Amino acid sequence: MRAYQDKKNVQAKAYYNDRFYVSPQIPKEEVSSDEIFAKDVKDLESAFSVKEAYIQRGQLVVYINADDNLKVMEFLRDKLQYNFLSELSAIDWLAKSGEFEIFYQMLSTSKRKRMRVKFFIKEKEEIKSVTSVYKSADWAEREMYDMFGVRITGHHYMKRILMPDDWHDHPLRKTYPLIGDEEAQWYEIDKIFGKEYRDIIGPEERDSARIVEKDTHRFARVKHEVPFGAEYSDEETQTEYQEEGGIPIVRKLKKSDVKILKERP
Amino acid sequence: MQKVNRLQPFFENLVFEREDNRMIVNFGPQHPSSHGQLRLVLELDGELVTKATPDVGYLHRGMEKMAENMIYNEFLPTTDRMDYIASTSNNYGFALAVEKLIDLDVPRRAKVIRMLLLELSRITSHLFWIACHALDVGAMTVFLYAFREREYAMDLFEEYCGARLTHSAIRIGGVPLDLPKGWLNSLTEFINKIPAAIETYEGLLDQNRIWKMRLEDVGVISPEMAQSWGCSGPMLRGSGIAWDIRKEEPYELYDEVEFDVPVTDRCDCYGRYKLHMQEMRESLKILKQLIPMYKETKPELMADAPRYISAPKEQIMTQNYSLMQHFVLVTQGMRPPVGEVYVVTESPKGELGFYINSQGDPYPYRLKLRAPSFWHTSILQDLLPGQYLADVVTMIGNANIVFGEIDR
Amino acid sequence: MAQHKINYLSEGGLPVALTTVDKLVQWGRSNSLWPLTYGLACCAIEMMATGASRYDFDRFGTIFRASPRQSDVLIIAGTLTKKHSPFMRRLYDQMSEPKWVISMGSCANTGGMFNTYATVQGADRIIPVDIYLPGCAPRPESLQYALMLLQKKVRTESASRKLKPKRLV
Repeated sequence: MRAYQDKKNVQAKAYYNDRFYVSPQIPKEEVSSDEIFAKDVKDLESAFSVKEAYIQRGQLVVYINADDNLKVMEFLRDKLQYNFLSELSAIDWLAKSGEFEIFYQMLSTSKRKRMRVKFFIKEKEEIKSVTSVYKSADWAEREMYDMFGVRITGHHYMKRILMPDDWHDHPLRKTYPLIGDEEAQWYEIDKIFGKEYRDIIGPEERDSARIVEKDTHRFARVKHEVPFGAEYSDEETQTEYQEEGGIPIVRKLKKSDVKILKERP
Repeated sequence: MQKVNRLQPFFENLVFEREDNRMIVNFGPQHPSSHGQLRLVLELDGELVTKATPDVGYLHRGMEKMAENMIYNEFLPTTDRMDYIASTSNNYGFALAVEKLIDLDVPRRAKVIRMLLLELSRITSHLFWIACHALDVGAMTVFLYAFREREYAMDLFEEYCGARLTHSAIRIGGVPLDLPKGWLNSLTEFINKIPAAIETYEGLLDQNRIWKMRLEDVGVISPEMAQSWGCSGPMLRGSGIAWDIRKEEPYELYDEVEFDVPVTDRCDCYGRYKLHMQEMRESLKILKQLIPMYKETKPELMADAPRYISAPKEQIMTQNYSLMQHFVLVTQGMRPPVGEVYVVTESPKGELGFYINSQGDPYPYRLKLRAPSFWHTSILQDLLPGQYLADVVTMIGNANIVFGEIDR
Repeated sequence: MAQHKINYLSEGGLPVALTTVDKLVQWGRSNSLWPLTYGLACCAIEMMATGASRYDFDRFGTIFRASPRQSDVLIIAGTLTKKHSPFMRRLYDQMSEPKWVISMGSCANTGGMFNTYATVQGADRIIPVDIYLPGCAPRPESLQYALMLLQKKVRTESASRKLKPKRLV
């Protein structure tokens, strides 16, 4: 019988889990424990619906509604002095709940505080672009689309950024294997030589430590070189270019003639 | 010659000359001064750039995906290959993020060694930056001089960890090795050598007419623009915003050493050039203060947290439980608590952040690398229009971008 | 100007050397191998260091050229990704014969540590490679050694070798 493989999450998993092991949690502190954050959350709550707010490892985490994202960003920049959007990306929870979790990592240089705005969206749901508020979202949103396939409306140039335009699937989804799907594995061959060359070139060698001594297509032995694809041979090959005994006019360097300096002059 | 492949002429979809007399110029992805694999599609009106579309991703190697398939310690060497000019700063950023995740404190000696390496790599990075930037703008001499000094720093790294470029000299929970004998003397020698070298570069460049003409008032980033585009590091401080994470959110022992944060409100390339030079001097200042601090520390190098970090070698070899735990940590990996952290450090390029979402597994559920160069490249599309074609190279060089970090 | 004094009597007689055209041409070629400045990733930094002050690549007659039309050697310095692979093939095609390829570093050799969806698992899937240089990243000395090996290889080749494609095409 084949071992069961979870199709929805093909990433590496621990091969052994203790049945009674309960992972500890990073403590979530109350928002009221920090004055500035408490005020921020209060201000936010007065204008938008805040689903959850807590402090984790010194940073505020706020869950909002997905539709509010643009307005919240505007509010954070204009009213709460969060002048930097330092990071923006998604987390794939499709296997668990069919959702993406989007987070915006904010920084306020005047308050010296960092906070994280988060919300969940369904797989096919679209979110509004925040490029009109923070221009740094421009490429980050493109990357998010490229890597997760999260659709974004209102972006001026919604194209893939890291992968080629004709790439298949979104690589950071949990359903995407590390070594890529079939299109990915043959991408360069298909593109450069054409599909009919797949057989000639052969599949990728994924074991990078594999060495086949006798494969003269891929490996050469120093001082035992043979032409490409020829039979493997143990015979020593001549690698020097000089005539036997050297070309008359060229004097060969002898070790004994070399003077080694102990220090730089 | 025979037809060798089916690659079409690359520009079949690009119109080179258009009716409004605009010309499209493709720059890269393989251009000697594109600092890696940057591709720029520039729309030119005469020599003036009217539109710029940077295209990245030619070095995308799937690091974030790799992180999801690797245990934490396994991923550490991969971070070397992000910002490969100052790889220690990446190692450190990742190690610090995991340490924050598992709430770990590092012994003091390890902290000092880490800071030594971090500041040394900052100097290496800035030396490399000035070398390449000067080469792009046309000053070959500075390239040769700066690389000479950079080799001395490489020697120090090599003496400490054996590698020149990809160090992996920082581990989660500390550092693996103590400083070798005589290393601090070599470092002192290095510290004494560099200020004169910096003066040489400044002597060659500061008042150099060509250098000034090509850098002054070129690539002006206003403070608003820098904030909106998420700039950090020298790009931000070059726009007059004093924000250095080492000062504002101190990590390691940065709150115990004295150093200034150079800021300029010139906003142009020349200001940022002066800033980099000044930052090297500040790093030297920090290095100088660290030498006596090192001598006062106790010899512990790795944190004592048997749940996450392997015990010292001696203990593993003598005590059964340590050996078992070591075996588990190596084969299965540590299991940090459930939760998420976003940890920033000031890398030579700017704000280097690691977002880790852990679900209690040995593998991170999601790891996002916030690399400063990514944001500094995206600003090009706003920065380049209105500038001359010849200045494009200046601005790319000045932004100090590294493609291992942008594309990850 | 060099001021050597050559003693013709003891150094093998008159300043005449007899050799074949092949050897002469290949000797000339091998001592002026011009690589393309083709930096892809980390190894490019080491390639630059090789060309810079301490390691001084010019000693080997190696001068980096920015144009593929002017260069003889393609040093693939760094990770070759799938997105970039058509460009490398294109650059290789643009180089004039005779041409050689050094694959520098583990990533270019086999994909190295980046065993992922985005990297080409060995540059030799796309272009023929003459020298594989291991290391991550290889030291400048090893790049110089690789070039010396390539020089030796060039010298043993026939000067008028046919423009026979080495592989694939």
